[in-house]
Amino acid sequence: MGRKLLTEHINVEGIDTMAVYRQHGGYRSVEKALKTMTPDEVVEEVKKSGLRGRGGAGFPTGMKWSFLAKPEGVPRYLVCNADESEPGTFKDRQLMSKLPHLLIEGMITSSYALGANTSYIYIRGELLYVLRILEKAVAEAYAAGFLGKNILGSGYDLDLHIHPGAGAYICGEETALLESLEGKRGNPRNKPPFPAVSGLYARPTVVNNVESIAAVPVIVNEGGEEYAKIGIGKSTGTKLISACGHVKNPGIYEIEMGVPVEEFIYSDEYCGGIWKGRELKAVVAGGSSVPILPKSLILKTAAGEPRLMTYESLSDGGFVTGTMLGSGGFIAMDETTCIVKNTWNFSRFYHHESCGQCSPCREGTGWLEKVLHRLEHGHGQMHDIDLIVNVAKQIEGNTICPLGEAAAWPVTAAVRHFRDEFEWHVTHPHEATRPGAVYHGGLVLA
Amino acid sequence: MNASVKPEFSPAAQAEIQRLIGHYPAERSKSALLPILHIAQAEFGGWVSPEVQDLVAETLGIKPIEVYEVSSFYTMYNLKPVGKHVLEICRTGPCMLRGSDEMTAHLERITGAKVGETSPDGNFTLKEVECLAACGFAPIVQVREKYYEQLDTPEAVDAMLDELRGLVHRPILSWEETGLPNSLSL
Ligand SMILES: Cc1cc2nc3c(=O)[nH]c(=O)nc-3n(C[C@H](O)[C@H](O)[C@H](O)COP(=O)(O)O)c2cc1C
Ligand code: SF4
Ligand code: FES
Repeated sequence: MGRKLLTEHINVEGIDTMAVYRQHGGYRSVEKALKTMTPDEVVEEVKKSGLRGRGGAGFPTGMKWSFLAKPEGVPRYLVCNADESEPGTFKDRQLMSKLPHLLIEGMITSSYALGANTSYIYIRGELLYVLRILEKAVAEAYAAGFLGKNILGSGYDLDLHIHPGAGAYICGEETALLESLEGKRGNPRNKPPFPAVSGLYARPTVVNNVESIAAVPVIVNEGGEEYAKIGIGKSTGTKLISACGHVKNPGIYEIEMGVPVEEFIYSDEYCGGIWKGRELKAVVAGGSSVPILPKSLILKTAAGEPRLMTYESLSDGGFVTGTMLGSGGFIAMDETTCIVKNTWNFSRFYHHESCGQCSPCREGTGWLEKVLHRLEHGHGQMHDIDLIVNVAKQIEGNTICPLGEAAAWPVTAAVRHFRDEFEWHVTHPHEATRPGAVYHGGLVLA
Repeated sequence: MNASVKPEFSPAAQAEIQRLIGHYPAERSKSALLPILHIAQAEFGGWVSPEVQDLVAETLGIKPIEVYEVSSFYTMYNLKPVGKHVLEICRTGPCMLRGSDEMTAHLERITGAKVGETSPDGNFTLKEVECLAACGFAPIVQVREKYYEQLDTPEAVDAMLDELRGLVHRPILSWEETGLPNSLSL
């Protein structure tokens, strides 16, 4: 059993209340930081921990914090990204609904480190019930003197507010999120300037994922070096993985970085294998945006090494034979899954969610959806397969925000690893759409 | 709602709106637009008519266009009248892998509404949405603040519909009592 740094007490009765959370050591990091450490010392511990952003990009959190501009007399902000909308990802929702005080404790300690006196949690609007849980916990924190003026007599003031979105995947992108928090459409901003210099209300701002913020209390309590002892190389600490699709036991698992993918899928401690006694066919390991890999390449790298749950191991082989850890949204597909249908489904998602500012993304995602739709429904031609790869290439690198790439990568990877299945749809137009038809590597199984 | 009568927020909603505006710097009250639109939608029958959007603009002291461009961007705001319950059906990959297509077909059969329509009895509006961050409990339908999970059998879907049919509307008494928009009680 690996260590559980975030979720150790997640199933304790009443852990969502201040009293029980305190009984289990809650808010110690606030006392330690505000009473015994300077803000810079907190930043230093986070740097030493090697913590990397858990929202998807994996950027070192301590480094991001040290980039924050600190002009005299200008307020700065910490904004927590709780927009969680990347298909396959449902870890933040679980963490916030069961351990609301962990996020609030992390927000207080992190805001202190950054010198922010007002902070926001931007939560996706669909999670109304979680917003209520958080608001209740925030009220408890005010009542206990962990929020408000002169916290614990330290002279440090902090107000924390929860802000709901209203249904838009793009608002997970940090600058779109800031626009949305300002009461506007969620159109990503051109960068530079980066939020560290000009973010919310054009003030210096740090945006961090829920899980990143939730890791700060344990780093402050135990020290960055202790945290960094867990994991392998530059993948330190623990990571929440949300497993879904055709695994036997879907759910969230806190793993120590470095667990072999094979163990994660087949061990009863984690996913417990593939449902219905079926074979694994493919995995999308880090949310819908990362390249899909066939069973052979997700279990082992191209060089035959066991693949591990770390940033480095999952991306071994680049986009030719590797993928990414991303947000930790782990989607398994069994042998009956139609890769073409799944790729079309994801393309429809990105087309629906494109904000429409850049033509390559707006038009390109539309083309991808349309051509994949006709391939899936038996109206495709052989040259359509190269057409979607070509369209994907033209989106990549030509857009304001990374949603364009997120739409392109799954398509390129699906064709790279499962081209025979796309061809089979062209050569078997009627069978492909026959209800109940299942395909495996181009072969009809049933 | 009678179109000729100008809509007005209830006193409870007005109090909640003032509380929310207080979360943002004084000159930045427009930040409260998204949460206020949620309140408006809950107060005025589950959708935001142009008149209701104008009221929101007036409340925040911004131009109506600033509200329209936002309400049309975000999928949670309904711009047309809806049934008593809006069923937000997740259609994205992980839910599809666990049977959301079949669930949707069953819902259409039982309610008599196609996706995008309201059932003849006015009870259910079917709306397809993208991933609801609950993929491990697929397939999912969201109805206001409630997530209905693992709707992978006709029985599970029917139980959800039965529960929803039994819900009664009640006036919003106090926003403090419920936190955020909620005009239905179980
Ligand atoms: C299209 C798009 C969607 C994103 N969605 C999310 C999200 O739902 N949650 C999140 O934390 N980060 C999301 N991100 C990443 C954020 O832009 C940002 O990098 C992250 O919140 C930074 O926090 P971290 O460094 O703690 O990971 C998204 C990025 C893109 C391009
Ligand atoms: S890449 Fe797509 S989502 Fe991102 S800014 Fe451009 S159009 Fe909008
Ligand atoms: S795909 Fe349906 S909740 Fe994520």
